[in-house]
Order: sequence, then C-alpha cells, then structure tokens
Amino acid sequence: MSLEILSFGFMQRALISGAAIAILCSVVGLFLVLRRYSLFGDAIAHSSFGGIALGLMAGIYPLWTAYGVSLVSALIITRIKDRFNISGDASVAVLLSSGIAVGLVIIGISGGFTIDIFSFLFGSILLVSVNDTIMILALTGIILIVVLLLYRQLLYSTFNEEQAQVSGIQVEKINYLIVFMAGVTVVTSIQLVGVLLISALFVIPNVTAIMYGKGFKQTALLSITFSIFSVVTGILVSYVFDIAPAGTIVLLSIGLFAGTIGIRSTGLVKT
Amino acid sequence: MLKVLEIEHLTVDYPGVRALDDVSFTVNEGDFLGIIGPNGAGKSTLFASMLGMNTKYKGKIKFFEIDIKKSKDYLKQIGYVPQKPIFEKNFPATVIDVVRMDLRKESEKNKIDEILQQLWIHELGNRRIGELSGGQQQRVFIAKALVNNPKLLILDEPVTGIDQQSTDLFYSILKELNSKQKITIIWSSHDLDAVKQLANHIACLNRTLFFHGESDEFFKNDELVKQYSEASMQEHMHHH
Repeated sequence: MSLEILSFGFMQRALISGAAIAILCSVVGLFLVLRRYSLFGDAIAHSSFGGIALGLMAGIYPLWTAYGVSLVSALIITRIKDRFNISGDASVAVLLSSGIAVGLVIIGISGGFTIDIFSFLFGSILLVSVNDTIMILALTGIILIVVLLLYRQLLYSTFNEEQAQVSGIQVEKINYLIVFMAGVTVVTSIQLVGVLLISALFVIPNVTAIMYGKGFKQTALLSITFSIFSVVTGILVSYVFDIAPAGTIVLLSIGLFAGTIGIRSTGLVKT
Repeated sequence: MLKVLEIEHLTVDYPGVRALDDVSFTVNEGDFLGIIGPNGAGKSTLFASMLGMNTKYKGKIKFFEIDIKKSKDYLKQIGYVPQKPIFEKNFPATVIDVVRMDLRKESEKNKIDEILQQLWIHELGNRRIGELSGGQQQRVFIAKALVNNPKLLILDEPVTGIDQQSTDLFYSILKELNSKQKITIIWSSHDLDAVKQLANHIACLNRTLFFHGESDEFFKNDELVKQYSEASMQEHMHHH
C-alpha cells in the first residue's frame, strides 16, 4: 500500500473523522450493550432514515433533520417504554419500523429514490467535508467530556439501577442522557458506515473487548483500539482494492471478534 | 441520643392488599436491629419505603430526625446491602471498580483498599465481580456500602444462598462494625439464631408490627419465639 494516499485531503478527513466516530461508538455503545440495549443504536439509525428523507424533500441538510427526528423519537419511545411498561426489544422494534415507514412514504411523495439516499444507507466516509470533520470532532469531544464528568453515575446506573438510585444518583436522568448521547452518536456516525450497519460499530468491538475479562476502563480502551483498527484499516483497504468501505470496516471488526473467540477457545485468554 | 430512624404510622397499600399496616418504631444510634418475619411480611416494602424507592405511603419516615420527603440527603449517610446483588454476569467491572462506584470523593480512594482488607477480599481487587463466589460478592457489596463511612447500614436478608463459612464470616464482620466502629445496623433476617447472637433489638413484622424491643425481652417471650422460629423454619424449608 502506497503512503501517497495519506496525502490526499479526502483521505485525511476520512481517517480522522472515522477514528473519532470509532471512539464515540465504542464508548457510547459499551453502555448500551451492558444495558441489553444493543439494538437501540439500530433503531435510532432507522428512525433517522425518516429524518434524512424529510431533509432531502424539504431541501434542508439531511443530517440536521436526522438529528432532530431521531433524538425526538428516541426520547419519546423511551418515555412510552417507561410509562406503559413496554419491553426494551419491543420498543426498539416500534422505533425501527416507524422510522423506515416514514422515510418510505416521504421518498414516495417526493418522487422516488435518489443517489443521496444510498449514500446515507451505506455511508460515504470518503466524501466528508472539512465542515463535517470539524463537527464530528466537536461532537466526539463534547460527548467524551460528558462521559468523563458523569463516569461514576453512568457506570453505576448501568451496573445496577436500584442501588445507584439508593446511593443518590438520579437514574432516570442518566437513562435519558444515555439515550440522547446514543442518538447524537448514531446520526454522527451515519456518514461512516450508513444507516444499515451502524449497530455493528456500537456492538461488535464492545462484545469483543468484554471477552478479555478486564475491568471497565481497560475494556473501554480495548474496544476503542479494536474499533479504530477496524475503521482505519477498513478505509485504507477498501480504497486500495476499490471495495465498499462500510462493509470492509464491519467485516474487519467481525474478524477481530472471531479471532477473540478463537483465542478464547484455546484457553489463552481467561474469561 | 440521636434518633437514627423514626417510623410513624407507616401504612402501604398495594392494589387489593395492605402490605404494611400502621407500623411505628424507632432506632437509636448504636442499635443493632434485627427485623424478622415470614416471606410476604412486608420487609421489602418497608425497606423500599425507607430508601426512597416507594414514595406512596401514609405516615412518616424520618432519618436523623428529618422527614425523608423533605430531603434525600440522608441517603448519603446510609450504606445499603441488597438481598441479592443483581448484575450482568460478564459485566466488565473489577471488585475495585464496583466498590468505587459508591465513592463520592475521588480523593478518598485509598479508603477502598483499607475496606477490602478489613473484609478479607483485598486479594480479589482486580478480579471481575462475576467471577467471585456468592459469599465473596456479598462482601464486595458490604464494602460498597461502607466506603462512604455511613452512620447506618441497612441489610436486606443478606445471606440468602451463601455457604455457612461465608455466613459466619459475614456475621462476625457485622458484629465488629456495630461494636467497634459504632455503626448502627438494621438487618432483616430469616436466621433466628443469628439474630439472637447479634442483634440487641428486634422487630417482628408481619404486615403489622407484632413486637419491637430489646432482644432479651423477645427471647424471654416463649410464645413469640415459638411463633417466629416456626415461621423461620418454614422459610428455611421453603428456600431449600
């Protein structure tokens, strides 16, 4: 692989924003996975599809409408879930299908699929602009700062809600914060792997890292490492061999997952 | 003497059933109160109300002489050990991670090591919580409860499903906490023998309070002892 490709501006932007998204998805995804909420990222991504369609129809930058629609619907569905005692997986299914349904209807009204829709479905990391990159870095920074500041509260309420509540943590607010952060993370990450593969970034590096039997911070660092490796290698390899970047990134992280299972079954890693 | 807990006319109604009926008692500083009663006697409801998890009750609950409806600050002075700690089995948290979750001041993190030593689990500090035995996990949860120097420790039937050796160690730790560190303890238990050994006050609960007073007084009353040992025997059989 020639180092020349690293001198292209679009490649630098792709690698920098890809690495930032990798960190973001690992950190936020770890809390979701441990709360048995693995598919929540997927559900938000699908609901953002409705938002993207809305933006394309209205002539607004689609990611803005995607942020709006997916955050509002994620918070509403969480509220409904708590209020009416609907199970987590059922609420995910409702959110997921309603987003796609809204998207399909809007696309139908506005005259059918366009190339833009495909770039959101499957990602377009090599097309990120300077502005996109700045926004991705800023959001990553903000969310990481929030996670560091509220680390104890986030970890405790994920570990055991009842005990966290007794220790004086406002668990309900923390739950909404996690949903909100997941919403922002998903929409931000759409440019990297697209709507359809987003939950892979949330889930696969984390379940891989959890298998190494370490403490919380080390598990998070392992997950971030796996994730950055998959994203950076995936972007480079897919460019060189002219294959789909999103698919390559996800396949690489599945490779790490499979490798870990392999190491585990040889007994070299204690779990 | 400081009144640690005052419960006045506590009544809790669930749909179709009265879980607690006009319960009143007081716990003073330094007391070791054992709460006994059969399953479904309302112990969990009592604890949930005390800890602010059930707010739909009639009557009054005061900790440290302040109504808990006025402020939640009392929770900062209480360590709570749940009946059975529930968490994901492969949760990626070490013993130290789990204890640190309760630590409000990061500056006091050397306190963690001290408490782990005191509870004989310091060599487990870097092991994942899910890898430990039930008895070891229970001690980790006591460590969590102790890390903020609480004035009061509340334990909800904390030895269910734990082997005898761990249970004995656990009891000796409780005794030491009460007698040497002067921590007030409220403890619900099935084990009447252990209650006799450890507690200096007893409350017999079965939806309403049948007895509350000094331990000696309770064990002098043959009728009560017989009744509650039968209840505890049935419970015992039920658990096995």
